[in-house]
Amino acid sequence: MSTERIETGTRGARRGYYGGFGGRFVPEPLIAALDELEREYRSAMADAGFRARLDGLLADYAGRPTPLYYAEGMSRELGGARVYLKREDLCHTGSHKINNTLGQCLLASFMGKRRIIAETGAGQHGVACATAAALLGQECVVYMGEVDIARQASNVFRMELLGCEVRPVVSGSRTLKDAINEAMRDWVTNVRTTHYCLGSVVGPHPFPEIVRELQSVIGREALEQCTAREGRLPDALVACVGGGSNSMGLFHPFIGRGPRLVGVEAGGIGSGHGEHGSSLGLGDPGVLHGALSYLLQDDVGQVTETHSVSAGLDYPGVGPEHSWLKENGLATYVSVSDDKALDAAGFLARTEGIIPALESAHAIAYAMAEAPRIGADEVMVVCLSGRGDKDIETLKERL
Amino acid sequence: MSRLGPMFEDLKEKRAALIAYETGFFPDLETSESVGLAMLDAGADVLEIGIPFSDPVMDGPVIQASSHAALEAGATPAGVLGMVSRLRRKTDKPLLAMTYYNLVYRYGLERFAADATAAGLDALVVPDLPAEEMDPLREACIPAGLDTVAFVSPTTEPSRIEEASAAASGFLYCVALLGPTGERDSVSNELPGFLERVREHSDLPLAVGLGISSARQCAEVGRLADGVIVGSALVRMLAEGRDPESLVAEMASALGGQT
Repeated sequence: MSTERIETGTRGARRGYYGGFGGRFVPEPLIAALDELEREYRSAMADAGFRARLDGLLADYAGRPTPLYYAEGMSRELGGARVYLKREDLCHTGSHKINNTLGQCLLASFMGKRRIIAETGAGQHGVACATAAALLGQECVVYMGEVDIARQASNVFRMELLGCEVRPVVSGSRTLKDAINEAMRDWVTNVRTTHYCLGSVVGPHPFPEIVRELQSVIGREALEQCTAREGRLPDALVACVGGGSNSMGLFHPFIGRGPRLVGVEAGGIGSGHGEHGSSLGLGDPGVLHGALSYLLQDDVGQVTETHSVSAGLDYPGVGPEHSWLKENGLATYVSVSDDKALDAAGFLARTEGIIPALESAHAIAYAMAEAPRIGADEVMVVCLSGRGDKDIETLKERL
Repeated sequence: MSRLGPMFEDLKEKRAALIAYETGFFPDLETSESVGLAMLDAGADVLEIGIPFSDPVMDGPVIQASSHAALEAGATPAGVLGMVSRLRRKTDKPLLAMTYYNLVYRYGLERFAADATAAGLDALVVPDLPAEEMDPLREACIPAGLDTVAFVSPTTEPSRIEEASAAASGFLYCVALLGPTGERDSVSNELPGFLERVREHSDLPLAVGLGISSARQCAEVGRLADGVIVGSALVRMLAEGRDPESLVAEMASALGGQT
C-alpha cells in the first residue's frame, strides 16, 4: 500500500492525525490489529462488491436514504430560519448508529472475523451492533457499564433478544468510558479472532476515519437533498456531539464549503467537574481510548466523571477530528443544558409530532434559540440522530 | 544516568533480573513505601511503581482495583515521585515508574522527566505509548537521563520490533501473552519462539511480563529472558493482607539470586 493512500482521509502529515489530534495511543498488541484493520478497510472500500453489498443493506435493510424533512410547524412557531430535520431517527433500530455497524460488521466478515465486540452507553450502538451481527450471522458481545444496564433495561433486553451477550462492566464509573476500557481489554486478548466495532469517531486510528466515512452518508444525502429542494447548500448545520459520530457524518461533506457547522455538547446541570459532558467547550487536550483529543480531566490528568440527561452524550472524550475542527475555527461548539434539551424534546413532539432522542434534542434546543435570530431566507439543517422511545421514562419523570 | 544498563550488564551471563511491581499508594502511601523496600530487600533487582490512572486499559482486575483504591488514598503523579525520592535514599537499585500517557502529558513531558530524574527514577514504562508515538516523550527523557521502555508483543512484526528497539532504552518489555495484566497458570508455549524473534531484531535486554505468578514460572521465563516482571500476583497478596516479599524471595531464589 502506498503512503499516499494511507494519508487519504487524514488531515496531517502524520498517519492518523488531524493536525495535532488523533494518533494511536494503544498497547502494542493492538497495533498489528489496527494495521490489519486499516489495510482491510481500504481494500474493502475499493472493492465494488463490498460497496454494492453495503449500499444494498443501507437501502433495503436500514431504510436509506432518510428524508430531509422541512419542519414547517417548528419553523413557523420559531419565526426565522427554515429548519430542516435530517431524519436519522427513521433508520432501522431508531438511530444513525446502524450506518456504522452495518459497515463495520460487513468489514469484519470481509476480514474473516466471526466475533464482534462493542461498547455501549445508552444501548443504541449496542443494539445496532447486535442487529448487524444477527443479520450477518456473527457472534456478538457488548460491554455495558452496570450503571447503564440499570437505567437502560429495555435496550439490554433488545440486545439479548438479538442473540447478543451483554457483559456488565463493574470497573471505574461503570458507564460508557469503562465499557470502552473493557472492550479494549477483550480486544487485546482476542485480537486474532475478534473485530472491535467501535461506535463513534473516537479511538485510535483508523477508527475515527472509518466511522466518519460510514456516517458521512448522512451529510452526502443532506447535501443532495438540500440542493434539490432549495437549489443551494444550507447556511447552517447543527448536530449533537457526544463522541461525535452523527455530527461528523453530517458535517464532513460540508467542511470548508461555506455552511456554519455547529456541534452541540451536553451542558448538563452546570460547568463543574461531573456536571456536564462538554469536552470541547470545557476540556483540555489529553489522551483517552487511544487518541489525543479534548478531554474532561482534573488537574493531574485523571479522567473526570461526566453528566448528561442523555446517556449518549455522557462521555468525557470526543473524536479527534472535532478537536481539529474546533482548533481551526471550521466548526463551532456550544452546549445545551439538560433542562433546555428536555424542553426541546417536548417542543418538537408538540410542533412536529416527532419525539426525538434526548441526544438529538440538544441540537433541536440550539435550533430553537438560534432560528428566531436569523432571517427566513436562511436554511438550517438539524440532525435528528435518533428517536426518543428509549427516553420515554426520563421524559415522563422530567416534563 | 539510568541504573538499568549497568544492572543488566552486571547480571548478563549470570541470571535474569527480577522486576517486582507495586501500585504506588496502594493500599496507602506508607504501606506501599515500606512494601517496595521490603520487596527490594527480599531479592527484587528492580522496583516498578505504578502511578495510578483512572482508566488503566492494559490492566486486569487486580491492578485495576489497586489503582482505584490508590486514587482513593490520594495518589497523584507528584505524590508517587515523592515516594520514589524517599525510596531512592534507601536503595541503589533501579526504580521504574509505570503509568499511562495522559498523566505524563498533563504533567508536561519535560517537567515530568526532570522531576522524575531528580527523584531518582531510572525509567518510565507507558503501556499505551507504542513506538511511533514515543518520540516526544523520548526526546524529553534523553537529556534527563531517563530510560523509556517500549513494548513488543507476539503480534509485533519484525520491522516494528526494530522500531520499538530504536525508540526504547533500558530494556524491551516483552508481553508474554495477549491480554491485560493478570495471573495465568502457565507460560505461553509461544514464548521461546517470540523471544528468539525479538532477539534477532534487538540488542536491548528483554524483560518478560504479564501472567507470571509463581516461582516455577519465574524460573522457566528466567531461562529465556534477561528480566522477569511480576505484578498482579504481588498486588493480589497485598490486597489480601499478605506480605508479597515472601513470594519475591521465592522468585528470586528460583532465578538463582540471593534471598
